[in-house]
Amino acid sequence: MQTQPPSITIEDAEVLRQEPWQGGYHLLVLRAPFIAPRVQPGQFVHTRLTAPADAILRRPFSVFKADGDTLQILYKPVGRGTSAMCALRPGDSLSLIGPLGRGFPLPRPDAVPVIVAGGYGMAALYLLAKTCPRPGLAFFGGATVEDILCVSDFEVLGWEVRVATEDGSRGVHGLVTAPLDAFLANPSRPSTIELFACGPNGMLRAIAERAHHYSLPAWVSMDRNMGCGLGACLTCVQKVRGPNGHAVWARVCKEGPVFDAQTILWEDEA
Amino acid sequence: MTTERRPPLDAEFQPDLSVDIGPLRLRNPVMTASGTFGYGTEYADLVDFEKLGAIVVKGISLDPWSGNSTPRTVEVASGLINAIGLQNPGVEKFIREHLAQLKRFSTPVIVNIWGRTVEEYAAVARRFDTEEGVAALEINVSCPNIKEGSKLFGTDLTAFRKVVAAVREATRKPMIPKLAPNVSDIGAFARAAEESGADAISLINSVPAMVVDAKTRRPRLANITGGLTGPAIRPIALKLVWEAARATKLPIIGMGGITETEHAAEFMIVGATAVAVGTATFAEPRTAMRIVEGLADYLRRQGMKSVRELIGSLRS
Ligand SMILES: Cc1cc2nc3c(=O)[nH]c(=O)nc-3n(C[C@H](O)[C@H](O)[C@H](O)COP(=O)(O)O)c2cc1C
Ligand code: FES
Repeated sequence: MQTQPPSITIEDAEVLRQEPWQGGYHLLVLRAPFIAPRVQPGQFVHTRLTAPADAILRRPFSVFKADGDTLQILYKPVGRGTSAMCALRPGDSLSLIGPLGRGFPLPRPDAVPVIVAGGYGMAALYLLAKTCPRPGLAFFGGATVEDILCVSDFEVLGWEVRVATEDGSRGVHGLVTAPLDAFLANPSRPSTIELFACGPNGMLRAIAERAHHYSLPAWVSMDRNMGCGLGACLTCVQKVRGPNGHAVWARVCKEGPVFDAQTILWEDEA
Repeated sequence: MTTERRPPLDAEFQPDLSVDIGPLRLRNPVMTASGTFGYGTEYADLVDFEKLGAIVVKGISLDPWSGNSTPRTVEVASGLINAIGLQNPGVEKFIREHLAQLKRFSTPVIVNIWGRTVEEYAAVARRFDTEEGVAALEINVSCPNIKEGSKLFGTDLTAFRKVVAAVREATRKPMIPKLAPNVSDIGAFARAAEESGADAISLINSVPAMVVDAKTRRPRLANITGGLTGPAIRPIALKLVWEAARATKLPIIGMGGITETEHAAEFMIVGATAVAVGTATFAEPRTAMRIVEGLADYLRRQGMKSVRELIGSLRS
């Protein structure tokens, strides 16, 4: 069973810190006394930037860390909104709506948790790793060493991290599925494992296929453009297999962002 | 009509915010715009429904409808283009699951309806006719008439009259046709609504628009085209409301890019009796609530005891 989201609020969070991080990422530390203690692993916050002035929509961000009344967001300035975010300084305020969406289910106590992440997905899965009843194994993939984030954060929690980069600058040379496949095919691996993934769509699909092949439970966190973030505008929809097997739209902001990997209908299946 | 300006009222004075949309009395003139507030309950944690003049829910059709592929929305300068494609669970599921929830609040619920044929419009309207908890029906005519090719009910005057008249026959509920902006004479549609038995009109619906990604040379929406909403369309909407108000005596619900109290006031000054807040709700869910509070303040500053004094008070 997935956990029910707690109640949602709008909160003016105070910027405590803003730091450049590796790989063009930035770390934003916010004081959000209502939202921070309520964030569940896999949930997100919807942020309102005051610039650019003609911006119409909020920007969703997964929560990296949440501790007491503070929360951290790891982001990469790619569009106008996220670039404006870099201008935030300590003492500035940032309106948040959250916590939003349905996060990861409680990890099964009898299974070894296995995380597979690409890009900011490594940050988005940190809270999950922290709440797992026991440390597990994490597979991180990226284009180069610069894209491999927060390995030490996972190691401090007792997790083993295996890395793959497409240019071979760190870990296995190739996609994250290379070390993952080697692990899954190894007869001496633990037989009960549960997969949790966050990253580009192609990677998530590959994970869903592995999970299906090995009959493993798998949860994927989907990334979609969002409007309201609250389930009202129907911008963020994803085709999934409904209870009776028919294809139905699910709202990534409400029924997701985390889905049972086997329910997702990937583009050419929908 | 108020033409001269008046001294401000004192800060304790509570101006009368109530307005009448035909037979429907609203506690204040600020409502949500269809399609931007879901079925209401999505916003229940953030918005105090009791503070709103009315809640207008997302468009409902006879049968469930799955809408368009993704991407469905794209942000542009000061606006949003959407091509959701009217996805909705159909009238029965809406009544069972969503209307039931909304009945717990005292705020009037206006249901936005649409169909692919005149008969479908009439059938949805008939289904709501006896539904308690539905204060009025807003008719979304910005959909293609599948019986007559690509002709839109909202831009073809004959098709528009047919749909409004058919809905009038099907229900005694207050009926509010919602006008499309892309017509050459909005006054003609306003008059046609009045002649066909409408109790009020609302305008504007979204403005047809598109965006292309120059790099990939692909459209930014799966549907290729969509409807532009938000601040970018406010001056267009204001002008159309002004024109419509001169063509009909029907009360008008004005909308298009309202994000501030002053914007709501502008629509009322040019002749709207009430206003709806749409796209602005996405960034600030409490926009409509804030405008209700702001209006009282605004009226005091204008020296007006009732918001009704504002309606059509444009000075020359
Ligand atoms: C995402 C979205 C969905 C909409 N869906 C509907 C709808 O189902 N029926 C309808 O009559 N209007 C719909 N509209 C139009 C709005 O009700 C309103 O007329 C328009 O957005 C202009 O107001 P605004 O600029 O304040 O958003 C929709 C608008 C948006 C942005
Ligand atoms: S973003 Fe509006 S429904 Fe999900």
